[in-house]
Parts: sequence; C-alpha cells; structure tokens
Amino acid sequence: MTRVLMKGAEAVGEAAIKAGCRHFFGYPITPQNEIPEYMSRRLPQVGGTYVQGESEVASINMLFGCAGAGVRVMTSSSSPGISLMQEGISYIAGAELPVVVINMVRGGPGLGGIQPAQSDYFQATRGGGHGDYYTMVLAPSTVQEAVELVMDAFDLADKYRNPVLVLGDGIIGQMMEPVEFPEREPALVDKPWATTGCKGREPNIVKSLLLDPYELEEHNRKLQQKYERMKREDVRVETVDLDGAEVVLCAYGTTSRVCRTAMERLREKGVKVGLVRPITLFPFPEKTIQSLDPKKVKFILTVEMSLGQMVQDVKLYTEGRIPVHFFGRTGGVVPTPQEVVREVLKRLGKEVEK
Amino acid sequence: MTSTSVIFAGFGGQGVLMAGKLLAEAGLLEGKNVAWIPSYGPEMRGGTANCTVVLSDEIVGSPIVPDPDHIVVLNRPSLDKFEPAMKPGGHCVVNSALIDRKVERTDILPTYVEGNTIATEIENPRGLNIVMLGAFVKKSGLVSLDSVKEALHHVFSGAKERFYEGNLKALEKGAEAV
Repeated sequence: MTRVLMKGAEAVGEAAIKAGCRHFFGYPITPQNEIPEYMSRRLPQVGGTYVQGESEVASINMLFGCAGAGVRVMTSSSSPGISLMQEGISYIAGAELPVVVINMVRGGPGLGGIQPAQSDYFQATRGGGHGDYYTMVLAPSTVQEAVELVMDAFDLADKYRNPVLVLGDGIIGQMMEPVEFPEREPALVDKPWATTGCKGREPNIVKSLLLDPYELEEHNRKLQQKYERMKREDVRVETVDLDGAEVVLCAYGTTSRVCRTAMERLREKGVKVGLVRPITLFPFPEKTIQSLDPKKVKFILTVEMSLGQMVQDVKLYTEGRIPVHFFGRTGGVVPTPQEVVREVLKRLGKEVEK
Repeated sequence: MTSTSVIFAGFGGQGVLMAGKLLAEAGLLEGKNVAWIPSYGPEMRGGTANCTVVLSDEIVGSPIVPDPDHIVVLNRPSLDKFEPAMKPGGHCVVNSALIDRKVERTDILPTYVEGNTIATEIENPRGLNIVMLGAFVKKSGLVSLDSVKEALHHVFSGAKERFYEGNLKALEKGAEAV
C-alpha cells in the first residue's frame, strides 16, 4: 500500500473504520471538526451510523449504550467538550465498557482558545471524572502514529473492557503528513457480557450502580487489577540516544517533535542529549524514568504545552535521584526548538546566544 | 538537504493552503518526508491565511517553524509579517501585482512575479496560487516541476478534473515568468 498525504483528523477517522468502528456519536468543536465530518461521510458507506448528538453529554451516553450492545464505537472532541463528557466516561469505566475517545486538546481553562495545547494531561491521566478509575491514554506524535494508535485503541479497549483515550492536540488534527494504513483485520473478540437480546440465556445487565459497599469495594479492587495489568503489559515509550546522555528531554506528542529539532541543534553545540517520549501516558513509562543513571544524567528537562503537568509524574518516578526541570508554553503557544535549546544551555551554565 | 521549510501566505481565498499542499504532495512523490500545517483560527475569506510545508530527508521534527527557509507571499501583510522572520539566504517570492513594496532585507533572494496579471492573462484569475507555486519551484529547485505536475494531476482528478488543464497552464506560466 502506498503512502498518501492526509490530514490528521481524517486519518484518525479512517483508522477507526479500518479497526471495525461502525458507530460514531459526537458534537462539533474546533479543532477536531474534520473527524466527525469525515465519519458522517464515510460511516454510511460502510453500513455504519453517524449521529450528531444534541450535546457532548448526550453523545457520550450514546457511546455507553452502543458499547453495552457489544460493538466498536468512538467519539471525538476537544478540551471543553471532553470535560462535559467526564460523567459518562466515569459511568463507562464503572460499567467496564470498551470505548475510544479522541481528545484533540486546545488551550484552557474554560472555553480557552482553539490553538494546540497539552494542558489536559492531569484530566486524561487521573481518570478525569469521579471515582477510583483510570482510562488508558495514548499520545501520538505523528499522523502515522495517530493511525496506528487509534487502531490499537480499539483492541486495547476490548482487552481491558475500559475506555481508551487518544490524546492529540490541534496540530496532530490539522497537520497533513504521509500515512500508510496497516493491512490488518480488526481483532474482534467475543463479548458474552453484552446486551444483545437474551434469547436462551440469562439477561446481561450493564450498569455502574452497586449499592452494597462491600460489593462496590470488591468491584473497585477488580478495576485496580486491570490498571495494574496495563502497567505490566501495555506500557509504550520511545527513547532516543539515552546512552551517554548528560541531559534527557522528556516530552510527548507534538512537543516531542520540537525536542527532536532542538536535539539536533544541541548536538551541534556538543551537548549529549537524549529523549524519553512516553507513548502511553497512562500507564506511564515509570521504569524508563527509574532506569536513568543519576551518575550520568545531570538533569531531566520536561517540555510541555502547559505550565507543568507531566513533570509531576517525571518527578514522582525519578524519586529525587535526578534534578527535574520544566519548560513549557501554554494557552495555544507552541514552544520553539530555539527556546528549548536556550533552556538546556542555561541549565548547563553555558553561554546562551541571543 | 536535511530539512527545508516554506511558508505560503496571503489573503484567505487566494489558495495558499492548496499551493502548500501541492508542494507537499510533490515532495512525497519524490520520496521525501513531508509535513503540511495550516494556520487555523477564526479564519475567513479576505482574512489572512498561511501554511507551512516542511520537506526532509529524515524524520520531520517540529512542524511549526518560526524562521522559514523560504516564503511565498501573495499580499502585503504577509510580506510584512514573514520577511523579518526568514533565515538568511532563502527565496522570497513576491506577488508584485498586489504588493507595492520591494523586499527590504539584503541577505535573502527576492523574486517578483506579477501573479494576478499572469493569472488574468491566461483567463484563470483563481490560478494565482499555482502561478506563484510555479515561480517558486522553478526558482528554488526544491522539487522538480514534473513532480508538481504529477501532484496537480493527483489533486485535480475525478470531479475536479476540469480544473487540471487551467492549473497546469498557470504552473507553467509561473515557472516561465522567473
């Protein structure tokens, strides 16, 4: 199959269809409208359904019902819309249903702006809604990776019977890059728990309400075991040039690309620099951070399009053994490679060009 | 060449996003890694629009480029905005039919193209963007003109086929003008 130039948002839509998703419910918001637009055109062609709900709250509950019936389903939105969906995502996590949610993050808080941001990291990686739960969080840095992660998201959602969040940003959604769609059949699994009409069997009940505290505690312990299994089996991370690195940058998604360009310029200046790029934000690649050698690494610089969210996880897993610094821009401003270079040189106590 | 960036800028409706897309398609046809990103916001016809195209032999790093290697500007506000941002030594292709000033910097390479005039002469006034692309590709040699023709054929196919001939002519006229 040849590579075609595609906008991130449309590539995400096509990837979902290739993964066997036939149902999409959503409500428009910039900068991800090309996803529902694409789905509204494509889904009827493949025998699927596209419904624009009357709100985000309605849309996420349509996912709840659809996933309960045992079919692959997705929604997409951007930050304020994802906030509105949190109640439904919590219910879906409680009812243990597989859904895929795309968040093309924009600047916040509140309505904020429409330019790219990474300031929903806390919301994404700490569950987001009420209760003791997590969603799996995948963070693509290219359009090609967005395609692969969206396809994987459906498999992972089924594997864990849990919501999987794909955390992009305005750039990932708006950018066009060459993509190649992997030739693979959707790995559809049996869902004996689904509400498919109980002819010849006992009724299945899909719910998150458990009024007996002991029963609910037991349910929560079972959920925790799933999250622990995610940490064992499905952590993903890319590392670049960590061997001999004196400075390690840590960034995900779009900012990891800014860091790559900054790394080229730093190498020209004789700085030994490596990169840790978490691909799963939950489960976080804690072992990669823990394995950095404090005798060799002078410091870690976490770079984000926020004023410091993932840096808390980086600090948590370095356990104070290596200094962790932060550089970020926010509100829709994308940090430049030059800014990252300057920050690293400043921290190294080297001369900084104007 | 490891990585080269170009910004196409003008009024909304002048077709700068399409010009950039064609350059990216041409780069892809030549086996390069490419990224195309539009400025997006509450954009409208008559407002300003621009897109950045990065062509690279390696992985494309940051797709957001504050200091482009080259620029193609279709209106005055775009020249005013991006001329100071350019890296030294790059091509600055100016639509002189609409832009009433010369390039001020002496460390970049200016090219003046009567874009609207040429597009009107070939009875394809909306082909301005393609005229300017033709001039840029000829001047910079970043991709071959043949690759852009192939990209043009690819983009203007099916229901849009009727636009192909007119745009091919615009591309060639733009290349001849410099």
